[in-house]
Amino acid sequence: MTEANAGAMAAAALAPAKRRRRLRGATVLDHVILILGSLFMMVPLLMVLQMTTMPDIEVIKTGPTLQLGGEFGSNFQKAMFEASGFSGENTGVSMLVNSFILGIGFAVGKIVIGMMAAYAIVYFRLPFATFAFWVIFTTLLLPLEVRILPSYEVVQRMGMLNTYQGLIIPLIASATATFFFRQFFRSVPEELVEAARIDGAGPVKFFIDILVPLSRTMIAAMFIIMFVYGWNQYLWPTMITTEEGMFTLVRGIKQITQVMEGNRIPEYGRANLLAIIAIIPPVFVVIFFQSWFVKGLTESDK
Amino acid sequence: MKRAGFTTRWLPILLLLPQLSIIVIFFYWPAGHAVQSSFFLQDPFGFGSTFVGLENYVGLFQSSEYMRIARFTVIFTAVVTFFSLALALLLAVKADKVIRGAKSYRTLLMWVYAVAPPVAGFIGLIMFNQSWGPLTRLFGWFGYDFVLGVNYWDTAFAMMLVSVWKQVPVNFIFFLSGLQSIPKTVREAALIDNRSATGRFWDVTFPLLAPTAFFLLIINITYALFDTFGVVDTLVKGEPGNNPMTLVYKVYVDGFRGNDLGGSSAQSVILMLLVLALTVFQFRLVERRIHYT
Repeated sequence: MTEANAGAMAAAALAPAKRRRRLRGATVLDHVILILGSLFMMVPLLMVLQMTTMPDIEVIKTGPTLQLGGEFGSNFQKAMFEASGFSGENTGVSMLVNSFILGIGFAVGKIVIGMMAAYAIVYFRLPFATFAFWVIFTTLLLPLEVRILPSYEVVQRMGMLNTYQGLIIPLIASATATFFFRQFFRSVPEELVEAARIDGAGPVKFFIDILVPLSRTMIAAMFIIMFVYGWNQYLWPTMITTEEGMFTLVRGIKQITQVMEGNRIPEYGRANLLAIIAIIPPVFVVIFFQSWFVKGLTESDK
Repeated sequence: MKRAGFTTRWLPILLLLPQLSIIVIFFYWPAGHAVQSSFFLQDPFGFGSTFVGLENYVGLFQSSEYMRIARFTVIFTAVVTFFSLALALLLAVKADKVIRGAKSYRTLLMWVYAVAPPVAGFIGLIMFNQSWGPLTRLFGWFGYDFVLGVNYWDTAFAMMLVSVWKQVPVNFIFFLSGLQSIPKTVREAALIDNRSATGRFWDVTFPLLAPTAFFLLIINITYALFDTFGVVDTLVKGEPGNNPMTLVYKVYVDGFRGNDLGGSSAQSVILMLLVLALTVFQFRLVERRIHYT
């Protein structure tokens, strides 16, 4: 500590009242900034929520207001059970089911395949290990968005348009989960394998009875990240699913918007409610499993 | 490899098989196909194709429309990256400091992470609705007539605002966890040496956060380039017309609407090179990052 600083501290000690007031001023400012930030995040959602309770005709006149309307029930009925497209198949319920299939199927598929591959890479002596490693991890470099068109052609040629396989499997073709589990497996103490081997456990038994239970937290964290990622996919489902019965909620948003704009009386109630329904499950998962989610996000480094 | 626990031959191959086959079929094949067809001119009705060498690429760089979109993408990326990083850093520093309500603030500031980009775009459409959108009205009070979907820069502004709104939470989470990993002893030492909070931030906290910030910079650029597709698509209501768009959106429009496979593939290849360059850059930064921690 320098002498000047010591002097400053002594001066501060002499004027405790003044210092406390200044500190409190700073704290208030901190809270003001945080509240403004929270409002920036929350207010758009609250407005959309408020609009789900209004009849469509009111919305056209006033937009979002501060008063709750009484139309939530009928808007909900329309959004969930009446189809918005031409074929009559894409009701809110069917889109919700498809979204869950995509989110859960993607997360589970990615975790299972990733864990298997990571296990093979970390725990086995392979002749082509380095080669396999590079083949797998190059996929981290190119997002699906830059190769959408040829990927679409491949799926088309395999006859997988408008199927759940076509929707989910190509999305799994990137090694984020594999990379994540490889990092984790490498941090597992080596003595465990030795001990398991001495006890006579084979590689399959070691994997299922020791490694998988050890990875529980990691699996949970990965599942949350991957579920949200899968649920929120837009471009790929837009291209792969043309049948309305296959639409997910996020995929359906565009069509909902177009229906909303096209009708004589735009169906804001239905559109707003479907947007809210598309938001709720992933947000719920993120909020309620916050610590796992943050862990998964920051430790997987992408 | 430091460990090689088991020597079974067939098991690892069996374990790797699903991952490898998916990658080969859905990654290498399409990626290779994109590179290949970028050198061909496809007949729009599907009657074969002719080899044209680099013509597709030359055509792109000579097209004033493509260059205009590229310029817009650069501006868009810069603005979105800067504002989402700056806002998130400010909020993370404050959220790290306050004691009361820290957990509530954290939740309120991070939930938007889970909102899908097109849904965020939809909320943008509501906010900027022509006749009653709250933000349109706000602009109206200041005497500005905001017209989404008609005025080029108005649409661009809406895209940027929505994209920033969607990206702040990710940065916030990373900054906050970076801040919380700064050892308590370092903070206390800084508190003794430097009484000004601003000075402490720039002299101690910020350099310690620099690795996180570098990492986030790349993440944000990638986000603005690729993940904003849903935001752009919803806000232009699927009708690009005279509206601003990003390079990824152009790939989609040309390939799917225009049926210009060669040109679209060439654009894909350009984007691939861009991502590769970013990744190489990132790896070099990550290597440097080791020195900090």
